[in-house]
Parts: sequence; structure tokens; C-alpha cells
Amino acid sequence: MATIIVVTSGKGGVGKTTTSAAFAMGLALRGHRTAIIDFDVGLRNLDLIMGCERRVVYDFVNVINGEANLNQALIKDKRVDELYILPASQTRNKDALTSEGVNKVLSELFERGFEYIVCDSPAGIEHGAFIALYFADEALIVTNPEVSSVRDSDRILGILASKSRRAENGAEPIKEHLLVTRYDPSRVNSGDMLAMEDITDILGIPILGVIPECPSVLQASNSGVPVILEDSSRAGQAYTDIVGRFLGENLPHRFTTPEKRGFLKRLFR
Amino acid sequence: MGALHSSPDDAAAKAFEIKGGLFPLTVLRLLKDNIEEASRQIEELLRKAPDFFTGAPVIIDLKPIENARGTDLTGLITLLQRHSLVPIGVRNGTDQQRQQATAAGLALLPYGDGAKLRSIPEDRGKSRGHKGLSMSRIVSRPVRSGQQIYAAGTDLIVLAAVNAGAEVLADGSIHVYGPLRGRALAGIGGQVEARIFCRSLEAEVIAIAGVYRVLEEPDAQFAGQQVQVYLSQGSLMIESV
Repeated sequence: MATIIVVTSGKGGVGKTTTSAAFAMGLALRGHRTAIIDFDVGLRNLDLIMGCERRVVYDFVNVINGEANLNQALIKDKRVDELYILPASQTRNKDALTSEGVNKVLSELFERGFEYIVCDSPAGIEHGAFIALYFADEALIVTNPEVSSVRDSDRILGILASKSRRAENGAEPIKEHLLVTRYDPSRVNSGDMLAMEDITDILGIPILGVIPECPSVLQASNSGVPVILEDSSRAGQAYTDIVGRFLGENLPHRFTTPEKRGFLKRLFR
Repeated sequence: MGALHSSPDDAAAKAFEIKGGLFPLTVLRLLKDNIEEASRQIEELLRKAPDFFTGAPVIIDLKPIENARGTDLTGLITLLQRHSLVPIGVRNGTDQQRQQATAAGLALLPYGDGAKLRSIPEDRGKSRGHKGLSMSRIVSRPVRSGQQIYAAGTDLIVLAAVNAGAEVLADGSIHVYGPLRGRALAGIGGQVEARIFCRSLEAEVIAIAGVYRVLEEPDAQFAGQQVQVYLSQGSLMIESV
């Protein structure tokens, strides 16, 4: 049975798609057969970040409407085996995602032996976000270290606990993981940003990892490479740790204290 | 074309839903089988507080006059309506009285003793095995932004945090064993004895029986403290415990 993981946040622009791409790529790099679905119908971005936008012919909505089969719509990643992308439609709206339709696609992915299905949720708490989280078994809650983002994540956690399929069926609740992105320890120290501990204190869920603020994230997005493939980047390494922790490894948190500046850097600062 | 088709979800959307609800109601207990005297006394009461009962839904409790014969219930209903009260049902009473009520379009409520609903605090201590006991509502997961939890007719106990943007309400008292960061409204049916207890007061709004306080700037004296909130002579008191 596949595990369905939703990447969600409530607030936009916090790094859901970046995280979805990196996380799914990380699972696939470790040999797990992984599919990643873009639920952001109408504002599709995942294919850009995965660098496959020119290979999109059929999309998620086509499959739901029976206009294409899953084989036609799934895009196999060129860099790693076991990773498949199901892109969103850019020309429809989110109402095209019916729960029967999404359920059908997920069941088909189960039958094809996928181990992990990563659902990249749109921002907001509208239909698209609801349907992305509805079938989830686990959730990655992506939060920036600022109050409005934390507040929105709290709202989404409430929805996960009450509006998901697991909640409706009275099953075991969705397993929640916190992911703090764009974390800048020096700004935390100066009081500009919420500290990791403040965020976990408010949200009360275990922290899976912290992604440091890092220029490589933007560079990777623009060039269509999931940042986890950038071995030398701090964000890439942090995502690698997160995948490891998700799979049960015990890894200490990195990049949560300010970087030590070299003598010259301090001099020219 | 996708936009033109309404999804099956929309088509199946329900036009209505039926839900249970608990509402505070005024109960009028007739103590004497004398409509004229009741009428005079009600008029006197309404003269002192003209707007207090306007439009108030009223349940007529006939228990004390169950042995009376030939009660003019129809007359009483007209009297109440004349004074802008809205009689909606009767409880207890004889078959004949209940027939009159049905004929006047009132609902028949289950037989029971209304007095038990209004147990005063002194009674509570002794009320082991009390029939009117309703168990507290216990919530063990965090109450998150946008969520609202209401303990109808009882106390609310939250074992986790009540986060900013969340709202907890109870007809009785509210106990929060995590930080209280959202809104807590106790005694919302008007129970002035209700209290709020919390381990760490960081609330946005606290209220008891409609008396509220907005903690815009967290009260420096009590911020993050373990406190109780109660009503004393109509004003809200915060006190560390």
C-alpha cells in the first residue's frame, strides 16, 4: 500500500512546491518508487521546478476526465528512475478535481506499485487544498519563521485533523511533520525571525527539518532542478537530511545556528 | 469546458441539514391556577423591565398546577403574546392541558422537572449521583486557528493548547491545560458562576456570561501565568492560582 503525503501550508510562497520536488526526488534517489502530483490546477508550477514543462502533453485533469490514461500523463523523470510527475492543468480551475476522480487516480497509482505519492497542495484553504489533503496518510507542513505563516499552518493542521478522509472515517490521524523553510539563524538571534522552538511550541507537532535560507533554492527553481540535487548547497543537504529522517534515520538538525564568518568576511561586512 | 461543467460534488451539495441544538430558554412556571393574577404580576414585571422579555421564547411549565381543573391555557398564551413573549411549548401538565397547548400550536416537551436544570452551586457539591449531571467535554488535541469548540450544557476541558485564532466556548467553565492563546468564552448561556482556568494566559479575548475583556496588550501581571478568571459583581476578575 502506498503512502500518500501531502505537502501543505495554508500560506503561499513558503516553499511547498520546492519542498515537494526535493522531497519526492530524495525518496526516489533512495530507490523508492515515487509519484508527485501537482494539485495546483490553474497555477501549475511543479513541472517548471522539476524541469519537465516542455514534456507536458496530458495532465491530471485529463486523466480525471478520462481524456487520457495515466500512462500518457505521467512524466518519467530523466535524472532518476522511480520518479514520476503528474502535472496540473494550466487551463482549468480547481473544481475539475473531484474527489471520485482523485481517488481513482490514486488507486491506479497504488496498482502500479508506487510506494510514495507526494501531493503538492495549492495555497489557501479552498477546494484545491482540501482535495490535496483529503486522502493523505502523512503531511509535511511547510512554514516560514514568521507569525502569519505559522498561524496559517495552524489553521491547516486543524483542517487535517477534521476534514481529511482519516478524520471522517475515524481512522488513525494523519501523521504530521513540521518543516521550517527560509530559516536564517542570524536573524533569529537578532529577533527578526521566530526561532525553531517558538514555532514548535505554537504548532505542537514534531519538527522534521529546517531548511536554511539559501540562494541555491532560487537558482535551482529557475533552472528546473530540485534543490536536493545540489549536493554542495546547504538547502540541498538539509532536504537530504529530511528525507533520511522521514525514512526513520536519526540525524541531528543542521543549519540552525548562525554560520561562522571567516576573518575576511567579518572585515568586509 | 471544464469550468462549464459543475462537478459532481456541487450537484450533490445538500440544500439543508438537520442538526440538534441546545438553547437557553425562559421557563415560565405557573404556580397558581389563576390567570388574572398571573396576568397582573407579569404586567408589573414588564413595567419594571419593559424590553427584557421582548420576543423571548418561553416554555410554560405546568407542573405546579397539574392538579388544577379547567386551566385556561389558551388565555395564558394570548396574554403572553400580548406582552411580546413567544410561547413555544409546554412541559408537564395534564392531558387536557396538553391538548389545549397542541390546539394553540405549541410544542409538547418531555415530562420532567425543570428545577433540576438550574442547580445552584451549593447543590453541586452534594450532588453525587445527581440525575442532572452532564459530563464535561474533554478535548485532548490542540484547538487550532479557525476551529471552534463548544461544550453545550457542560464544562470544557482542553488538555492541549488553544491557539491564536481558535475559539473555545462552554455553557459551564473552561479549563485549558496547555497555553490559552485564542478566545475563551465561558458561561455563554448566562451562567455567571462559570469560570476560566488556564495554565498559561496568553488569550486574545476572555469572557464569562457575556462580560468580556480583550487582552490587546497581554496583561503584564498575568501574561503566561496560571490563572483563573471569574465574575465578581459583574466585572471580570483575573487571579493567579
